[in-house]
Amino acid sequence: MAMEMRLPVARKPLSESMGRDTKKHLVVPGDTITTDTGFMRGHGTYMGEEKLIASVAGSVERVNKLICVKALKTRYNGEVGDIVVGRITERRRSAEDELAMRGFLQEGDLISAEVQAVFSDGAISLHTRSLKYGKLGQGVLVQVSPSLVKRQKTHFHDLPCGASVILGSNGFVWIYPTPEHKEEDAGGFTANLEPVSLTDREVISRLRNCIVSLVTQRMMLYDTSILYCYEASLPHQIKDLLKPEIMEEVVMETRQRLLEQEG
Amino acid sequence: MASVALSEAEKVYIVHGVQEDLRVDGRGCEDYRYVEVETDVVSNTSGSARVKLGHTDILVGVKAEMGTPKLEKPNEGYLEFFVDCSANATPEFEGRGGDDLGTEIANTLYRIFNNKSSVDLQSLCISPREHCWILYVDVLLLECGGNLFDTICIAVKAALFNTRIPRVRVLEDEEGSKDIELSDDPYDCIRLSVDNVPCIVTLCKIGYRHVVDATLQEEACSLASLLVSVTSTGVVTCMRKVGKGSLDPESIFEMMETGKRVGKVLHASLQSVLHKEESLGPKRQKVGFLG
Repeated sequence: MAMEMRLPVARKPLSESMGRDTKKHLVVPGDTITTDTGFMRGHGTYMGEEKLIASVAGSVERVNKLICVKALKTRYNGEVGDIVVGRITERRRSAEDELAMRGFLQEGDLISAEVQAVFSDGAISLHTRSLKYGKLGQGVLVQVSPSLVKRQKTHFHDLPCGASVILGSNGFVWIYPTPEHKEEDAGGFTANLEPVSLTDREVISRLRNCIVSLVTQRMMLYDTSILYCYEASLPHQIKDLLKPEIMEEVVMETRQRLLEQEG
Repeated sequence: MASVALSEAEKVYIVHGVQEDLRVDGRGCEDYRYVEVETDVVSNTSGSARVKLGHTDILVGVKAEMGTPKLEKPNEGYLEFFVDCSANATPEFEGRGGDDLGTEIANTLYRIFNNKSSVDLQSLCISPREHCWILYVDVLLLECGGNLFDTICIAVKAALFNTRIPRVRVLEDEEGSKDIELSDDPYDCIRLSVDNVPCIVTLCKIGYRHVVDATLQEEACSLASLLVSVTSTGVVTCMRKVGKGSLDPESIFEMMETGKRVGKVLHASLQSVLHKEESLGPKRQKVGFLG
């Protein structure tokens, strides 16, 4: 059995460990971004007293004449076409609903769906009108901040390490064993409750710890970053990935590989 | 207790994983998550400690006050426990929602300390039947991530280790009236011996096996748990079963043995961390809440 107790260590500011050339311009709500009135104001800013002031906490982004503030941690704002993973918390109580839906979906079930429409009060309507969406079976859910999920063409990934991942734009990441037959995807409405093999479980647990490490170090989540992190973590035991120094080491290696790949 | 909703398939996945000794985060059934302990974080207490275990965050403060001993135990001081479930931990604790859980935890703490050897209560007595030290132990739940009892006990033990009670002398003059004199030196204090203070090990029964240090998701899959309070030598001071499900007497025996084994390792790790922190001396870097 393993038990480790330690004294806490103060966190190092990320900019030191990253060695960036350009420092990000970080602001908090109420900070003045600029007094130059020639800029157009984007999301996260407002005009007050002849100055452009930030309304959210985040980094300032400038595209020609447009200034906006990208929030570091924010609630999910739905957009049409986004893939989300969600848990059913409440349901409409009507006669037809009771008869028809309860056979398929219960409270507490997880589903993957696509955003169909966004209402003006912020409510979102979802649809599962394709076989790739629907009820999710056995697997692990990791909840992360929505701002860390990178917008990509597809959010369903079958990773070569032996498991599949759905990166919901709302920050819910679902890791599950890759189904053998292609017809029965993660969708449909019947769940497969057979035991998952030990090798698949190890891959899923390792992926889960890698995603948690990436998120703790504020790295964007997408298939390449998760895959590189998985490969960097292979020399360590799965449960060791929960320790801060090993987490840092693995994420540092991932970051380097991603920079090399870009450069 | 704070709970998470899980789908049937997720529960099945967790239960099967535990049977094969591979939990969702890669730990075995007897592995704890990474623990951080720091003492002396609150300045206006006699002793304090903060413990973080995964997502569970507990802050304990101990205040020593003078009072009269209880009638049935005139030569001893005593401990009073109070547990506050802060609404920061989970929205369920808003308003009076956390009171039930708080009283349950406080009652468990009273039970495990309710024996002669956990804390040397006679050292808390100043003059029999008249004055004694009362230690008010306040526990604050900052964040709830599963396995509350274990973390709270570790924090209480660390806070008691850190407690410094001022040394007092009772002066009696000719007329017989007593005067209590506090020593001039603020560092002249007595410390409690925490060698026999017990720690709780929570064992949750999931399927056919039991796990130590369950996360919120694992607690949702477990129907019954056993709380075993163990001292550093492996002596069980109290045991309690929680949950709606039933436990086989055979499994209770197995779980108790696991609890004793795990408890001894827990105490050894905690002792070494506390001594290491003390050896760093008063100049050590305090991380506190903004680290």
